[in-house]
Amino acid sequence: MGVFQSTESRLEDDGPLGDEELVAALAADLAGSFERLVLAYQDRLYAFALRLTDSPRDAEEIAQDAFVRAFRALTAYTPERVQALALRAWLYQITLNVARNRLRGKRLQTVPLDHPAAEHHLEPPDGDSTGPESSWERAEGSRELAARLAALPERYRVAVILRHVQGLPYGEAAELLGQPIGTVKANVHRGVRLLREAMNGRAGSELGSTGVLV
Amino acid sequence: MARYAPTGKLVGALRELGNVAAPSGLLPAVMSRVGLVSSASTTADSYARVETPIGPLFVAFNKAGVSAVMRTAGPAEFERAFRARFGRPAQPIERLPAWVSRAISEYAESGVARGVKSTGSQHALRFDLRGLSEFERAVLLKALEIPRGEVRTYAWIAKEIGRPKAVRAVGSALGRNPVPLLIPCHRVVRSDCRIGEYGLGSDAKRAVLQIEGAEPDALEGLARSGVRYLGSATTRIYCFPTCQHARRVSERHLVQFGSAAEASAAGYRACKVCRPAVAS
Repeated sequence: MGVFQSTESRLEDDGPLGDEELVAALAADLAGSFERLVLAYQDRLYAFALRLTDSPRDAEEIAQDAFVRAFRALTAYTPERVQALALRAWLYQITLNVARNRLRGKRLQTVPLDHPAAEHHLEPPDGDSTGPESSWERAEGSRELAARLAALPERYRVAVILRHVQGLPYGEAAELLGQPIGTVKANVHRGVRLLREAMNGRAGSELGSTGVLV
Repeated sequence: MARYAPTGKLVGALRELGNVAAPSGLLPAVMSRVGLVSSASTTADSYARVETPIGPLFVAFNKAGVSAVMRTAGPAEFERAFRARFGRPAQPIERLPAWVSRAISEYAESGVARGVKSTGSQHALRFDLRGLSEFERAVLLKALEIPRGEVRTYAWIAKEIGRPKAVRAVGSALGRNPVPLLIPCHRVVRSDCRIGEYGLGSDAKRAVLQIEGAEPDALEGLARSGVRYLGSATTRIYCFPTCQHARRVSERHLVQFGSAAEASAAGYRACKVCRPAVAS
């Protein structure tokens, strides 16, 4: 049950465990239960924002704004409406909107991979390269994957993150994006293919002009 | 360097990217922006590893009381899990204060003194149940009343706290018990007496019940043959099978019932101690 359940199984659930009860608690006593909502969702919403932006600072602000917006919305809702919320999808939707609003106007800034700012991430920390299997190398691999992911066109990026990083079922992702399920599946598929090509081809120079987000 | 040719590998790497903890400042910032006080802002938590009959556990406490009991692979995992759940850090200490370790060591005693209604120091233990809902607190405090060596059902808790229909919510609330073992959510089983789930693992639940003398195997055996309650032909009172009063009934006066309705139809009344009259 709840407490010790692994992240993995939580992500696989399509009806998030505990949400029903959490929503009931929020409907009955918003001020008293809101902290539980933040505790239950802070890691997921922060991770979602982090993968959308690839910037810890932006992600923290986005997650913060999303929770504040959620609180204000809940204050205005009737208990019946709160009770009827599909909480998880609703929170992801708010977070996505906050992230989009922030990024709008401020065109995504990119730098070429050979720019010093990008190289900074790709250099091993001093005295810590202990061989080909070193954890730095794995960390560097996921650092690069994160950067490639954040550099995908938005429609693919959002779909891949919701489905594969956050583990949402296609139906729920489609619902919160307001898109047909087939569109979401196609975007996830295409996004994964672009990522695979980017990761496998990254040693070559054909991607030299592709930027990483800073 | 890993190549991402198989989709499965890439998908696994993507899933790993979601495995991120929010910065510790997020919760306090949100709470203060919406004008609420975070329960995390009061006292610091300390924790230590303790050996128990069901293996090593990590126990955290603060001024309000014991705040967490968890089974994790090591201290780093505990700190991460603690922070993820409560939004605040926990500091390691050498050993637990006596008021905590005494309660835990009670689980090491095998051989249960029958008729001992409850373990005194458990009630002396204080718990930090802030951050739980009113309902969750009510469920956990009710579970605290179940004597060692006995079990009750999810439906029983629901009825006792005045929410007879909230059986499933009782299950979820017990599942979120931040202090398993010390608040004995393991003494709550399914209405069909199957042992059910447990935060520390259902094997651990069975082991703890065994240590406490609740005889989970016998209980499940009874349940399999459709028995929910036991009555005494002399007193014409029926009980939960693990109730200390049911256990005193001699073999030849013991009567088995499949439901409360069956017992009352036979002219038996519910025990006033274990209160088995759960509509089921």
